Amino acid sequence: MEMEKDILVMKDIVKTFPGVKALKGVELTVKYGEIHALMGENGAGKSTLMKCLIGIHPPTSGQIYFEGSLIENYNTAEALKLGIAMIHQELSPVEHRSIMENIWLGREPKNKLGIIDHKKMYDMTKEVLAEIDFNEDPKTLMVNLTVAQMQMIEIAKALSYKAKLIIMDEPTSALTNKEIEQLFTIMRRLKENGKSIIYISHKLDEIYAITDRITVYRDGEFIGRGDTKDIDISQLIKMMVGREVDEMFPKEVCEIGEVKMSVKNLCYGRKFKDVSFDVRKGEILGIAGLVGAGRTEVIETLFGIRGKTGGQILIDGKEVDIKTPRDAKTNKMALLTEDRRATGIFPMLTILQNVIIANLGKYMKKNGLLSHKDAIADTNEFVSAISIKTPSIYQKIENLSGGNQQKVLVARWLLTDPEILFLDEPTRGIDVGAKAEIHRLISRLAGQGKSIVMVSSELPEVMGMSDRIVIMHEGKVTGIVENNSELTQEEIMKYATGQTAGHLA
Amino acid sequence: MTSESNNVVKKSGNPMQSGTAKALLQKYGIILVLLFLIIVITLVQPKFLSPTNLFNVMTQSSIYGIMALGMTLVITSKGIDLSVGSMLAFSGVIMASFAQASTAASLYYPGISDLPAIVPVLVALAVGMLLGAINGGLIAFTGIPAFIATLGMYTIARGAALIYTGGKPVSNFTEGVLFFGSKIGVIPIPVIVYVIMITITWVLLGYTSFGKNVYAIGGNIKAAEISGVNVKKNLVFIYSFCGLCAAVAAIVFAGRVGSVHPGAAVGYELTAIAATTIGGTSHYGGIGTIWGAVIGALVLGVLRNGMTLIGIDAYWQQIVEGCIIIVAVIFDMRKNAKKK
Repeated sequence: MEMEKDILVMKDIVKTFPGVKALKGVELTVKYGEIHALMGENGAGKSTLMKCLIGIHPPTSGQIYFEGSLIENYNTAEALKLGIAMIHQELSPVEHRSIMENIWLGREPKNKLGIIDHKKMYDMTKEVLAEIDFNEDPKTLMVNLTVAQMQMIEIAKALSYKAKLIIMDEPTSALTNKEIEQLFTIMRRLKENGKSIIYISHKLDEIYAITDRITVYRDGEFIGRGDTKDIDISQLIKMMVGREVDEMFPKEVCEIGEVKMSVKNLCYGRKFKDVSFDVRKGEILGIAGLVGAGRTEVIETLFGIRGKTGGQILIDGKEVDIKTPRDAKTNKMALLTEDRRATGIFPMLTILQNVIIANLGKYMKKNGLLSHKDAIADTNEFVSAISIKTPSIYQKIENLSGGNQQKVLVARWLLTDPEILFLDEPTRGIDVGAKAEIHRLISRLAGQGKSIVMVSSELPEVMGMSDRIVIMHEGKVTGIVENNSELTQEEIMKYATGQTAGHLA
Repeated sequence: MTSESNNVVKKSGNPMQSGTAKALLQKYGIILVLLFLIIVITLVQPKFLSPTNLFNVMTQSSIYGIMALGMTLVITSKGIDLSVGSMLAFSGVIMASFAQASTAASLYYPGISDLPAIVPVLVALAVGMLLGAINGGLIAFTGIPAFIATLGMYTIARGAALIYTGGKPVSNFTEGVLFFGSKIGVIPIPVIVYVIMITITWVLLGYTSFGKNVYAIGGNIKAAEISGVNVKKNLVFIYSFCGLCAAVAAIVFAGRVGSVHPGAAVGYELTAIAATTIGGTSHYGGIGTIWGAVIGALVLGVLRNGMTLIGIDAYWQQIVEGCIIIVAVIFDMRKNAKKK
């Protein structure tokens, strides 16, 4: 029977929350020793399905078979005992405790007197760490580890539970390319040892790099399943969004004017050195490179978040001195930061407040009070102009989807009437449909003659949107290339990995 | 996870749409608590509702009520100010030394004649704002937590008040200063001062860019910085305003009591924090209203006055008060909990 090859079979899973049917009878089968991708836009039901599987929410109806037997009414602890472990997107280590204490938290090995046996804990930790080739001392404090290393510890923890099925929810969102490679190596090793992995990611290239099969959901329904090698990207996107996204990168041809900003030999400590480039009016300048190449630092320096330690910034041919974001604003600059939640939105405030915060001066009346009428009118105008989907501008921004939050931030900066826009990973964590909309917006802004500098880790995005591309490697610009039809991802990767230098256009 | 399309709002939290009983109860719950307290106390002791007593309640609430206004700005910006009681004492004794009648026995400045009330008032306000600015400056420019900076000021300002006075109370004020404890007709001056301060703070928080910046700093300080908000300057303003409120409270205190002791107002900072908290201002930052601070102060005032009228033991009053604070915060956290 088919079931013998399957470690997990979920059938007709329905999950209703008050007023919402989150899962409408979906299925999932995972084989022993396979890496299985769950795909779908935000809200498709992937997370809910996983929460049903690990015992956070019991499904309203449907059956779950694990290793051939029906399992019901279990909590997360019991799921762990069965061998189902999940590595959450946001890790929550006890930072000032050691690796071993984190792994065995709540189930520390004890001696007969009930005292924790540190020696045994140490040895047991060595053992599980060896399984994933991780050579850190078990007594190292978590706070001294990188995010990637903490993730390894999470995997080790899952292994310490003798997990047979490991769920990874967007594990690579905070990792560098090199770290992603290491993670993939470990995943392949786990697979060889017969473990099964459910892999959730929005990054299509990763799905193709590592997974064996894909199951796609949309709006709480099962859409389809197949071997990864048999589904091509456009087919996959179509399954996810339910329509063709032929216009993923709707780059319009716009007139490129004179040089708006020149960056000359910009330095910031050891982070980057001698970075020089120009950006013209109406131009979209992409900045590509691996994580850690110094891309974010460059635009943060240009925007005055960190003070430059050398070099010049010229706007319209005149040197400007930018020490704080306020100075940047005065020079008609705007910045969409990389981490929307940490440095962009004010979660508990309304859309209105989020939009007007960078431009309060505009609404100040002669008597020193704010004109709410004008602020409301402007906000409403932007909400409709860039189609932010919300019932009202008094909605708290945290209730919006990622794509709409990002549009609110775009509105915030457009209100300041910027001439140079810095966009740091403008579509991170945003699903496919909304991405195309943000891209359209960026293209429209360039069309209005604004200069755009865009950092992105997604090569298709950089190549789909930019007029020219600056490529960085370890704090240096290794190439500036025209983005024409001859440019290939491989060529960019050569510069990004430092294999080629020079060729500075 | 909802079945709605990903681009649509995940949760309908529009005030227009969610006018359900539950939402109203959450939004105005604290008013209901106040009404409930008033009704229960009145049923047991009808004297509570007499105009004289009601003005009493408001007069008694005014001192920590005024401090709660400044505290609301501070807590909304995700800070705390533990030094308001000490700042009241220090600005109070300095003010008092300029407010003495020339006939008084122990004069601080024997050479000078009776000063008009405006002099000690301005002195108090200046001292309060200066201390507050030091708090704000420390927090903004050294980056130490507000808790620590104001804990330091809590001790320093108290010590300074003790040194200045040698530990003795300052009394024998001019008529002009005693006016702040008197009445115009039936209306007590402290209540009038309170109302004026409420209005000023309400306008400041709701209708100026400073107010919007307070919410932004409390909501996400990094995002505020990147949006071009001058975070440091605003922090100095926030704590200066809190110091100013403490000084206004000191003026009312001096007028009512007729003397200022360097050990005055011990523990008032906690009452002010309690009133602010009961009023729904979130210690997680970004959420706070002036009307909430007023209701919070009145809840405490009604509770204290009512329990005394009913004859509840003073020791038990403290326990009831503590419970109310905790319940208010539990309630508030549920209201503001992220809906997932």
